[in-house]
Amino acid sequence: MLKHKKHLKQNEELQSTSESGSSRRNFLRKLWIGLGILALIEFVGVVFAFFKPRKPPVKEGNFGSLIEAGTVESFDPESVTAFIRGKFYLSRLKNGGFLAISRKCTHLGCTLPWDSEKKQFICPCHASAFDITGDVVNPPASRALDLYETYIENSVVKVNTEKVIKRTGFDVNQVVKS
Amino acid sequence: MKNKPPVFDNLILHLHPRTIPKQTLKFTLTWGLGGMALVLVLLLSLTGILLMFVYEPISERAYESIMTLHETVLFGAFIRNIHHWSGNILVIVSFLHLLRVYFTGAFHSPRRFNWIIGLGLFFLVLVSNFTGYLLSWDQLSYWAITICTGMLDYIPGIGTDLRMMILGGNEVGAHTLSIFFTIHIVIMPISLFLFMPYHFWLVRKTGGVILPLLSNDKQGGDDGYVPTIPNLTTRELAMGLGLIAFVMVYATIFDAPLGVRANPGLSPNPTKAPWFFIGIQEMLIHFHPLLAAWVIPLLITLALIILPYLRYDSGSTGAWFCSRKGQRMGIVTAIISLLVTPLVIIYSSLFPFFPGWLPNIPTTISNGLIPFMVIIGVITGFYIIMKKRYEASNNEAIQTLFILILVAYVILTVICYYFRGPGMELGFFQ
Repeated sequence: MLKHKKHLKQNEELQSTSESGSSRRNFLRKLWIGLGILALIEFVGVVFAFFKPRKPPVKEGNFGSLIEAGTVESFDPESVTAFIRGKFYLSRLKNGGFLAISRKCTHLGCTLPWDSEKKQFICPCHASAFDITGDVVNPPASRALDLYETYIENSVVKVNTEKVIKRTGFDVNQVVKS
Repeated sequence: MKNKPPVFDNLILHLHPRTIPKQTLKFTLTWGLGGMALVLVLLLSLTGILLMFVYEPISERAYESIMTLHETVLFGAFIRNIHHWSGNILVIVSFLHLLRVYFTGAFHSPRRFNWIIGLGLFFLVLVSNFTGYLLSWDQLSYWAITICTGMLDYIPGIGTDLRMMILGGNEVGAHTLSIFFTIHIVIMPISLFLFMPYHFWLVRKTGGVILPLLSNDKQGGDDGYVPTIPNLTTRELAMGLGLIAFVMVYATIFDAPLGVRANPGLSPNPTKAPWFFIGIQEMLIHFHPLLAAWVIPLLITLALIILPYLRYDSGSTGAWFCSRKGQRMGIVTAIISLLVTPLVIIYSSLFPFFPGWLPNIPTTISNGLIPFMVIIGVITGFYIIMKKRYEASNNEAIQTLFILILVAYVILTVICYYFRGPGMELGFFQ
């Protein structure tokens, strides 16, 4: 009988210590889980950073660099000149202003040819069409063509193919005046 | 058979059960499609390894290394042809296998999870085909991958970043080749060889090939069990060898296509996606990209995933198309879809349709949300009408929707592949 009571008391003691011990246990458990989640987030972040696309080395005069297109006078008004290495078209509008237009169709990325008869960029993939300012003339494209930052320095037109300007439609403020 | 090496018995009888129900030997029960898929994967692995000895996964050298393969390597063209045709046949065979499993009702409990694994395997097959498509670096592959990844841009928010991550840059280039090559030769094979055994194991665990249920639910079917060796093994051998022979003959006669070298400055007219995605491209011609390339394929994928988990009026019957009624409904539905889909496409190409009727609303709505709601309405209406008219169980009604959408997608694929030419104009081509 005495032994039994001693057992019971020991059990009670164990229980009471395990109650205060369980809050410590709970705390440590939560700490582990919290750190584990933190580690997981870090891991996902590292994976994304590893797979982050890096820009390939850019050669002078090629796409991704600052390209000197030519003197202002060398471009006729209402003309479109293709720059193959730069991957853009230089449009000179009727009012003499310039637009450096990306050659990539905004629908799914095909390369646009300029049709000088129809005066449109017509996409060979799904027949989207854009006018001389790069604005959409025919679906399925829904966005005007991207522009590259352009400025004129000492009467030379310079196009920064590193800086893309996305837009929904044409606006006169986008034109670089000569 | 005397003096047979014991390993055959041990290995074969480890992978297969010792005896199988005689009725499962029937060819028209499964058509051997699952086994064919396995044989093709093995063929692809073997020829793929051989190709890796010659192919150079560098954008400046990829195309040239394939020319080298054709011109100077003994049987080089043959190996490449086997690889190319096996890859395409695999897509068809796995898809037919999916259809067979569906139409024999072999996706109900306890096989429901294996359906999911099977879908996963099909997805891996498509990714393998897609990544492999780029490797030849000709005009066809370069631009097909350009427009397919171009669709990623339309995912709201993360789309552009996702596309840049997959391409390794803003456009298809040397970086893209590295990424696609790694996925194609390492990630896909490892994933396939992990999930295929799981898929096969689950087949055995859930009771093997589906059988028509008997009224007293007797295991083993009417005709009882027969030994696996030789009844099943000879059939498997015959199918496997026959398929390999077929692929080899095909590879001898028909060359895998190789167009002109990729030119980022010139998009060909027309530019078409790989044939297994071309149904989506047809939808792109009519709808806003968000609807055609994302919402619809995603919903169909989701529908396929939850298919086994819907509430059904009955379980597996093992009978094709559920029942006689299911067969009749199926034929009617197929004919309707066969006739209506081309008509809608032709009408949509000739007349403006929704964007034309509502020119002032952004195309995301006029060419996206509105057609989407119309499609949902039509599908729902069709389901209700068919279920009522035929007093069908919902197994049969859902099956009929499956057939409706399936036939429509096949029509879309056929039209875009054979009947669209320069400028994506409708006409007779190919």
